[in-house]
Amino acid sequence: MDRYDSLSPQPARIDAEPYYHPVADEVPLFEAAWRRRLPVLLKGPTGCGKTRFVEYMAWRLQRPLVTVACHDDLTTSDLVGRYLIVGNDTVWVDGPLAAAVRAGAICYLDEIVEARKDTTVVIHPLADARRMLSIEKRGELVPAPADFMLVISYNPGYQSVLKEIKPSTRQRFVALEFDYPDAEEEAVIVAAEGGVDMELARKLVKLGGLTRNLKGQGLDEGASTRLLVHAAQLAAAGIAAEAASVAAIARALTDDPDMTDTLGDLVRAVF
Amino acid sequence: MTETTGRHLLEHELEERLDALLFASPSHRSIGRLAAQLEPLPRLRQELVLHWAGVAAQTYAEIGHLIASLAPEVLDKLGDAGFESWVLAGLDAYDKHGLRPAMERLRDVDGFRAAAQGARPAAFEEVEVRLGRFVQGLSGRPLALRAGSAAWTDTETIFLPKTLGGLPDIVANRRLYKATAVMLWAQTRYGTFAADLPAALARWTERPRAIAWLSLLEAVRLEACVGRDLPGLGAELAAQRGDWPTILAPMIGRLSVADATVADSLACLADCMESGAEPPLLIQSGTLDPEAALRMRDERIARETRVLRKALGALRGAAGRPAESEPALTVAPAADGVTLEFRIEGDVVTLPPEAQAAVQSLVQDLGELPPEVLTPAGPGSWQPTDRREAGTTLAGENPEAIRYDEWDYHRRAYRRGWCHVVEHSLGGDDDAYVAEVRTRRAPLIAQIRRRFEALLGEDRVMGRQPDGDDIDVDALVEAVADRRGGREPSARLFARRLRNQRSLAAMFMVDMSGSTKGWVNDAEREALVMLCEALEMLGDAYAIYGFSGWTRTRCDIYRVKAFKDAYDAAVRARIAAIEAKDYTRMGVAIRHLTGLLVAQPARHKLLVTLSDGRPDDFGDEYRGHYGVEDTRRALQEAHQKGIRSYCITIDRQGADYLKHMYGPANYTVVADVERLPFKLADIYRRLTAA
Repeated sequence: MDRYDSLSPQPARIDAEPYYHPVADEVPLFEAAWRRRLPVLLKGPTGCGKTRFVEYMAWRLQRPLVTVACHDDLTTSDLVGRYLIVGNDTVWVDGPLAAAVRAGAICYLDEIVEARKDTTVVIHPLADARRMLSIEKRGELVPAPADFMLVISYNPGYQSVLKEIKPSTRQRFVALEFDYPDAEEEAVIVAAEGGVDMELARKLVKLGGLTRNLKGQGLDEGASTRLLVHAAQLAAAGIAAEAASVAAIARALTDDPDMTDTLGDLVRAVF
Repeated sequence: MTETTGRHLLEHELEERLDALLFASPSHRSIGRLAAQLEPLPRLRQELVLHWAGVAAQTYAEIGHLIASLAPEVLDKLGDAGFESWVLAGLDAYDKHGLRPAMERLRDVDGFRAAAQGARPAAFEEVEVRLGRFVQGLSGRPLALRAGSAAWTDTETIFLPKTLGGLPDIVANRRLYKATAVMLWAQTRYGTFAADLPAALARWTERPRAIAWLSLLEAVRLEACVGRDLPGLGAELAAQRGDWPTILAPMIGRLSVADATVADSLACLADCMESGAEPPLLIQSGTLDPEAALRMRDERIARETRVLRKALGALRGAAGRPAESEPALTVAPAADGVTLEFRIEGDVVTLPPEAQAAVQSLVQDLGELPPEVLTPAGPGSWQPTDRREAGTTLAGENPEAIRYDEWDYHRRAYRRGWCHVVEHSLGGDDDAYVAEVRTRRAPLIAQIRRRFEALLGEDRVMGRQPDGDDIDVDALVEAVADRRGGREPSARLFARRLRNQRSLAAMFMVDMSGSTKGWVNDAEREALVMLCEALEMLGDAYAIYGFSGWTRTRCDIYRVKAFKDAYDAAVRARIAAIEAKDYTRMGVAIRHLTGLLVAQPARHKLLVTLSDGRPDDFGDEYRGHYGVEDTRRALQEAHQKGIRSYCITIDRQGADYLKHMYGPANYTVVADVERLPFKLADIYRRLTAA
């Protein structure tokens, strides 16, 4: 199998420090969990910085990072690996999870509730004291090295019965809760990430707050920090702040024409 | 026949024609002057004037005369088409109101032109929804909008006039609504009622003048506040009002600084009152009713204090401390300086959301939390029952009824436990109806079944795929053989498991209101028979419920087929028994059936509503905008629970409220009732195709 090693993915390290602004004690908590070999569950609304946090921690802990965006057709094979055919031979290729285990990386399964239910079969033995990955097709049991860490995330705000995370899964994880940061901190983030001055960043954060007042009043979610950063980036690229906000925030939040009008009114109110 | 081309008529020719038309007019003698006026016009216009003057003169000669005499001006201002509609409007006024109003209407050429260009007042209903959401976005706490006789706020509701027509066109009038609502929101947001206004105003004997001045001075202060927080909105307000009246000039500086409060406005008020000047009118400032606002504020403070104290009491209980001992409760601003941090004996506690909202609101009203607010209530579990609507009991209410909340768009809040739902099983023993439809519609049923067959599929392994979970050994052996034999091997060597199971539950909600009587009801029943026949083949879980009712205390849901029921003789008899009953309170039916649907284990859930127009109920305001908003809200709730909704409306008008009402769902309008059976099956097929 050595000849085909190049087919298996090699988890990469992150060289440059990703921008991350800690809001509470999430950094020491994550570090402690990593040291004690505990898996971590990140909860929080979309676009509040979960993925960025994992990237930052991977850099900080100097571990390679493997990120898998889960979707509803994601199967066990997609995570663990599969046979390919090369010439007259079959070759095993590790999936991202297996690659992460072998490399002692941090494996981040984003939006885990979206994946098919059978994927829990491979996650459970990795997430408890066994710390084993079972590769059924090869009859192989891969023990996870000390450096390996499993991180999963989900968004409890969906409120969909279909998108619940089962207690047997969630009770294996240390949970960190994320939310949008306070206004001033959020403005610092928007300014740094979006490349705009604090004045514009504060206005965007203000707009974000107004849209969050409408959550449950016709909007499933208010504007996330990510959307505010998008608007800032458009503005930094020379688009007028108002137009940038309509494109990046108002239209991104809803398809309902009435609601788009209301959001447009709020955008005009702020700028 | 009149000639419409050629040279224009000369004065004497015109005089002759006019004379023939207007001989009965008392103003007959001035016909010479009329003719001279019309002479310069091109022939086409001359004929137009003569034609309409003649038509009008047949109704009343004097009107014909007036039309001829005003014609040059009107043609100049309105053009040919405008001239015709001006004449028609005048004749219409004569038919409806008589001669004098008709003459007045015709003489008011500028008024007619303004009206023709859209200068009509804006109505409250037009702006209510959008403005309501806008205000909700601006303010942390719910503020309802309602129509009233004047523009004012009691700090919980913003009252706005039914129509606003102060500005020349409708767009400007809508903007005026917005500006007025924003100014009133600002009164509640920036502490207009933080001072004891009734006491401060008692100084002045001319109370109306004092209130007018105070509203104006506060408008100056509040606009500056809005402008600091929301510059775009501030600029809009400023543009709307134009320049400040000069009499205010000396005070603007003082009222516009960042730390100006209502006390500054009261100080300026003293100067204004002593100057003896009348307050200038500011179009968007609204007015003040300090007593009503004070009352409402006191009620709210009392209510929210109760909520907070109860929450604190429950937290103390949860901390395992005896109820008798006074807990050491401290409140201090949290590290961010904005929110408050509650500690019970040193431990930071998190308040339930209800109590957090109460704290926010109390701080907004009082500026801080006074100590008496923070005394925990006695033992008892935490129950946020202090909503004002809770606990209203009604005579003759059914103890088996299930209560549902209803969305009141005026207050932007739910009326708790407002609707009482009783589920009935539909009685019926006529099995023959379904058999009859089955025979009569046999070809169509067969056609629908064939179409549905295409949806069926097994969970199966697909071989010979370019990529997949496993190797397809047959394909591999073949490929190896091909290669040995010198042929080009296929690259499709993998097997992939295709998930083809239809994990789907569908709920059909059928309108049984009185308006469906006749054709619509027949079509509904036929559609259901055909759908059932086809669905049985697919094996999807499905249920059918009818809904009707009579006021909020009697919302009836009729069970035709529950998810667990088989499509048997009893179900068939119940389909036959679907009949037109009372009214359509749609929101509560959606909520009840959504609850049943959510309990289904299927992966995809579909709610199909079948109705024949606007939601409607007896007596209360449900039939208007209220019902539309509640239905919209109920569909939104369903959406949040992961249910896809599809609404089918049998409505020949296909009115424009549908788009708003079904905003969160997809919908279709079936204009031709007879097509409903086919349409329903077809929609289902399209919705559930993989």
